Amino acid sequence: MDTRPVDQILKKYNYEQSSIIGILQDLQEKENYLPENALEYISERLSMPLTRIYRIATFYNAFSLKPRGKYPINVCLGTACHVRGAAMVLDRIKMHLGIEVGEMTEDRLFSLETVNCLGSCALGPVIVIGNEYHGKMTPAKVSSTIDQYRKDL
Amino acid sequence: MIKFTIDGFEVEGEEGQNVLQVALDNGFDIPHLCFHEALESYGACRLCLVEITQGKKTSLTTSCNYPVLAGISVRTDTEKVTRARRMVIELMLARCPDVTAIRELAEKYSVGTPRFSLDNDDCILCGLCERVCREVVGVEAISFLGRGSGRKVGPPLEINPKTCIACGACVYVCPTNCIKIEENEKERTIVRWSRTLPLKTCKVCNRTFAPWFQLEYFKNITEGIPKDFWEKCPDCR
Amino acid sequence: MKKIKTVKDLEKVREEILVSRDPDKPCITICSGTGCRAFGCEKVTQGFRDALTKHGLENSIDIRTTGCHGFCEKGPVVVINPQRIFYQGVTHDDTMQIVSDTLLKNKIIDRLLYTNPRTGEKIIKEDDVPFYKGQMRLIFGNNGKIDPAIIEDYIAIGGYTSLCRVLTELSSSEVIDIIKESGLRGRGGGGFPAGVKWESCRNAHGTKHYVVCNADEGDPGAYMDRSLLEGNPHSVLEGMIIGAYAIGSDEGYIYVRNEYPLAVKNVGIAIDQLRKYGILGENILNSGFSFDIKVSRGGGAFVCGESTALMASLEGQAGEPRAKHIHTVERGLWDKPTNLNNVETWANVPLIINKGADWYRNIGTEKSKGTKIFSLVGKVNNTGLVEVPMGITIREIVYDIGGGIPEGRKFKAVQTGGPSGGCIPESLLDLPVDFDRLTEVGSMMGSGGMIVMDENTCMVDIAKYFLNFLKEESCGKCTTCRDGIRRMYEILDAITKGEGKEGDIELLEELSWVVSEASLCALGQTAPNPVMSTIRYFRDEYEAHINEKKCPAGVCRALISYIIDEEKCTGCGQCLKVCPSDAVSGEKKMPHRIDPEKCIRCGACIASCKFDAINVV
Repeated sequence: MDTRPVDQILKKYNYEQSSIIGILQDLQEKENYLPENALEYISERLSMPLTRIYRIATFYNAFSLKPRGKYPINVCLGTACHVRGAAMVLDRIKMHLGIEVGEMTEDRLFSLETVNCLGSCALGPVIVIGNEYHGKMTPAKVSSTIDQYRKDL
Repeated sequence: MIKFTIDGFEVEGEEGQNVLQVALDNGFDIPHLCFHEALESYGACRLCLVEITQGKKTSLTTSCNYPVLAGISVRTDTEKVTRARRMVIELMLARCPDVTAIRELAEKYSVGTPRFSLDNDDCILCGLCERVCREVVGVEAISFLGRGSGRKVGPPLEINPKTCIACGACVYVCPTNCIKIEENEKERTIVRWSRTLPLKTCKVCNRTFAPWFQLEYFKNITEGIPKDFWEKCPDCR
Repeated sequence: MKKIKTVKDLEKVREEILVSRDPDKPCITICSGTGCRAFGCEKVTQGFRDALTKHGLENSIDIRTTGCHGFCEKGPVVVINPQRIFYQGVTHDDTMQIVSDTLLKNKIIDRLLYTNPRTGEKIIKEDDVPFYKGQMRLIFGNNGKIDPAIIEDYIAIGGYTSLCRVLTELSSSEVIDIIKESGLRGRGGGGFPAGVKWESCRNAHGTKHYVVCNADEGDPGAYMDRSLLEGNPHSVLEGMIIGAYAIGSDEGYIYVRNEYPLAVKNVGIAIDQLRKYGILGENILNSGFSFDIKVSRGGGAFVCGESTALMASLEGQAGEPRAKHIHTVERGLWDKPTNLNNVETWANVPLIINKGADWYRNIGTEKSKGTKIFSLVGKVNNTGLVEVPMGITIREIVYDIGGGIPEGRKFKAVQTGGPSGGCIPESLLDLPVDFDRLTEVGSMMGSGGMIVMDENTCMVDIAKYFLNFLKEESCGKCTTCRDGIRRMYEILDAITKGEGKEGDIELLEELSWVVSEASLCALGQTAPNPVMSTIRYFRDEYEAHINEKKCPAGVCRALISYIIDEEKCTGCGQCLKVCPSDAVSGEKKMPHRIDPEKCIRCGACIASCKFDAINVV
């Protein structure tokens, strides 16, 4: 394992144990998930029990212990989006991709997560694919919106 | 000494004690499952709820982590306390219908069949196992994982905690007996964590007695003990 | 940027900035909050830049990208200054025309103006738009005037004058007295008097005190704090510096939830600039007072909005709340006295210091002073962020400012306080909005989320939605919260699936009692609110689900059917095309039919039907 990227992150946070959440976020941004060997390395360098790191990694929604798809899909389930039919959009996505929340498609292109409010309520229902926001979603628009990412390959 | 009352009786506690401790010492029967004298109070199970009046305010609160304070009035048997207690037991019973300790509580406090669908769980997430492992044994092999309705206790990635020394402390403190330990001549397993460690053979009597890994751990954290000590079982030392 | 050494020097800098700026110089202001970004405002900005370059006008016309203007429904929003011309729904393709027509020829582009749906009138100026007219934008109004990445913009509108006054004229106890006198109550949900909190923290034992800004804003549907931090971070920072001075703190934290990257970025830029100017750091403006702020990101956990859980998270632990009989003002972050306030609370501080406690007390009701920013979302025409004086009625917010319910539907309820709050029905539309009145009717102010619901919203489904949210967000420590909420959810789920039974409502009420009485923290203690308030005001809907197995609002899928009205159906086949489960059959130009066995009630057919021929029964 190339430890240099992790070392950089640890240095940025001054090797402070209390910054573990920030450290894990930077790691996740870099690797798209939290790899086991990276966590073991962090545990060593911070003198922080690995158990504690997993406690934190599993407590907070931001972290994934499994690799996520190239285009993570985040469906907003905030109240405003819910009231405008977000649940039906989510169901349609599950059907279209054949995966449940927390899973990834076999071609590793898409993974599905839900988030409780992105704060873009005027656009609800909102889904985010990768970093792009897609507002005013309806079940009918789901397949074309997602499939355009396949074409971008 | 700090003087206060429980159910109208005058009791005394020391600075740093909690209400539950003093109550139990004085023979008051407050149910509790996540409290242990040797460990930090946690307040998770909610069974030890009592009503405490401090000054003008009365609140329903857990007694295991409420500090003894002069002049407080503690009630263990009000209608509110009883109602809350019985519902907590009902929730636990629905979660763990086969656990002896909970069935006994249900009988004692007249809690019938739960009005909820029955789960098949055996752990009430009291946290005693992870607390004893962290605070007393010091290896911090297991912890809480996840949160909310999906919360559980276990090692990282839920299998084979790498720092576990198979000492059995977690087995000992667990109130629901859901952590099993198994041993044969070759190895010891803490079943719930899927942790199996090979056992060391005593130099003298040739029987196995403790995991290698555990002995190495203790050897590393102690000083001034002759090397010989670790080669013999307790009977032969 | 040179370090500013004294208060007098800051005043000089302010003068210099004002002198160098021509208030009449044309300026194109583009709302660039997260909402408008999602609408594509960055392309709009680029469009303007290109258009100005094309006309050679880069030096004679300014472009200012600001934070959220509040009228999110009409984004991307562009305001042309100094005339205050308000353009809505602006796209990249409009930018050239706006420059050549409005900026060069003073010609208004009608199609981009806001049209009052009731009168048909086209409104030109931002302040005349009914959405804004009904508001009192004391705090939020500044968003439209400043680029959050340019501290000079904030200084130009009077920023840091309060801090200067505090550092030169007021002692720390005088500052606390002013905040107490003003009646400012916490805007995060607790509504606790801020001045009293500051005083308790200052008087607590020990020399190390912390100030914390709670920017976790976990209530789904609420995004006021995000927009304040994104659009006017300095207002919050100035408040924190003043608070730190009053409390005797030298170290502050802003805890921003993970899902707000732009807020994190903008507040970081602002802090950097403050440090360069010497308004954060050692010996601020030669006052002897030192203070610095760090930004910390949350990890994605609603419970971390609770103050003890937030502090645990700041310390690098899981966000588990702690018993509250030890107050955080005595022992909080790292066991030291800590004063935690919400973003909006901090943003009110410079305003109060500037205008005085008496002026502030004139706004609002007897026990709830000042204004509150609400996120008005859901089934409402004018979705956005609104700032109104306490005491305004719900009717005024939803109808006068919000423009009423879309598609002429009927108002059913407004949900306030997020998952800790409750629903307020039509009969209470004239309820004045303030902390205590909302609590009296079974809801609460919360952080300011205001979700409007119409006749097509099922209140049982709403209760179930909130419980589903809470059962995942609970930290899981307490038996009552963790298992109690789950069991309540199970009962509600069964009810929405037609499996409800006699006694379910009573069981829900009993569970609500124990969850609220026996749980450790506010998440558990308020979790039953959405259930209790919907039972209180919409019991008939519960009974319809349980006894008649019907969902009057037409939402709960197990209890409804989709039926094609043969008289209206033209046989166009659209619904057949979009149906994911092959439930629709029919010949071309002949009325189609939905097979109830295959239909999953996903809504795709209804969305695609142009003839309104599919009914929910």
